[in-house]
Amino acid sequence: MTLSFSSMRAVIAAILIGLTVSACGYNNIPTLEEGAKAKWAEVQNQYQRRSDLIPNLVATVQGFAKQEKDVLTAVVEARAKATSVKIDASTITDPEKLKQFQDAQNQLSGALGRLLAITENYPDLKSNQNFLALQSQLEGTENRIAVSRKDYIEGVRLYNTELKTFPGVLWAATFFRGNKPLAEYAATDNAQAAPQVKF
Amino acid sequence: MKTGAAPASAGGARWRALVRQALLVWVLCISGFVLAASYPPLTGRVNDQAGILDAGARTGLEARLKDLEDKSGIQLVIATVKSLEGQAVEPYANELFRIWKLGEQVKNNGVLLLVAPNERKVRIEVGYGLEGTLTDALSKLIIANAIVPRFKTQDYAGGIGRGVDDIIATLTTDSGDWQKRPDLRPEDRASLMDTLLPLLVMLIFAIVIFAMMRNAAAGAGRMVRRGGNVIFVPTGGFGGGFPGSGGFSGSGGGGGFSGGGGSSGGGGASGGW
Repeated sequence: MTLSFSSMRAVIAAILIGLTVSACGYNNIPTLEEGAKAKWAEVQNQYQRRSDLIPNLVATVQGFAKQEKDVLTAVVEARAKATSVKIDASTITDPEKLKQFQDAQNQLSGALGRLLAITENYPDLKSNQNFLALQSQLEGTENRIAVSRKDYIEGVRLYNTELKTFPGVLWAATFFRGNKPLAEYAATDNAQAAPQVKF
Repeated sequence: MKTGAAPASAGGARWRALVRQALLVWVLCISGFVLAASYPPLTGRVNDQAGILDAGARTGLEARLKDLEDKSGIQLVIATVKSLEGQAVEPYANELFRIWKLGEQVKNNGVLLLVAPNERKVRIEVGYGLEGTLTDALSKLIIANAIVPRFKTQDYAGGIGRGVDDIIATLTTDSGDWQKRPDLRPEDRASLMDTLLPLLVMLIFAIVIFAMMRNAAAGAGRMVRRGGNVIFVPTGGFGGGFPGSGGFSGSGGGGGFSGGGGSSGGGGASGGW
């Protein structure tokens, strides 16, 4: 009787401590961290989607504009470079790495922008159904990238704020001492802007 | 917040004025924050803020949209706005979609057709769950073939009507999305949680008090950890552990119509004329 009672008391104490601790925001840091990481995964996912579209796009353009070799190679190379820089969810605390990733993607954006600019000179290409479909997919993907980046920036802001403000700062200083602020995206420069697609 | 100690009437008046000013500033700050980019409220399936549809066209569209939602659960909503508030049409549409929470929370099966006649921009914003059916390329085709040619001749009702027809045709020819809507919406589960939570807290309270009474009666002979009975029970502030339900999801101006909690990641296409 005494034994079962004391064990019951332990259970109750555990429940209460759990509730108290969660009410004081103990869960916020891991929850927000996981949220931000999921948002990062979405950013990478969308960039991946873009680079998946590129071989098809390059092949289509090549069919109409073989002489634009330089621009086409630049896109292919930029794509190869961009896909080689990957950031694991566990390393997004490193601003240097994120900058590398962003630079590689920016370069690809620039190369893509030039590719789309030269397509203006090829009326046959511009009216090609396959090209039009690819173009709208690319446009949509750029927009998704923009949305996922915005979501990631917001997720990181929430998480980093939680680490620095009360009561999160208490947990950050005790139980989550290993948790570092996540790297934030630099403000978008021109190269990052979606390539202009005209119809 | 209360003025409290201010016995002199002049001091009291000054206090009240001060408090009123502080309140005003506070309200301004809050409303300024909310209105930073003002989005129209969700009033029904057709939100004609720009006033480009006549009553007949609106009721016809509403009937078709309601029919679509009844059969498939897909929430297709039309919005015309006076202004995009200086934003590009893509971020505006995405933000509006997320504020209105179109589509069901789990399936994210909402679609927003946004028309900004003053900026001459139109966008089909597709929820996460329908990106595979109403693809960017198809959205672009619908805009380019069904909507824009009619908008060019100021035939807004015709362009929107044809666009809606094409969107519905695209969404409903895919058999996978043409299913009966699930009976239980995630909102209902959230409200069940809300009703259970206070009961749970009360139960724990009762158990604790019971345990403490038992402890006081039986623990006279045991001197171990007598101090351990001081227990802090949180009564408020559960927000940390349990996310609140929904948030703003449309005011029920048009017969209680509201979004179902869906979201969009920027799928769809846009165009201008």
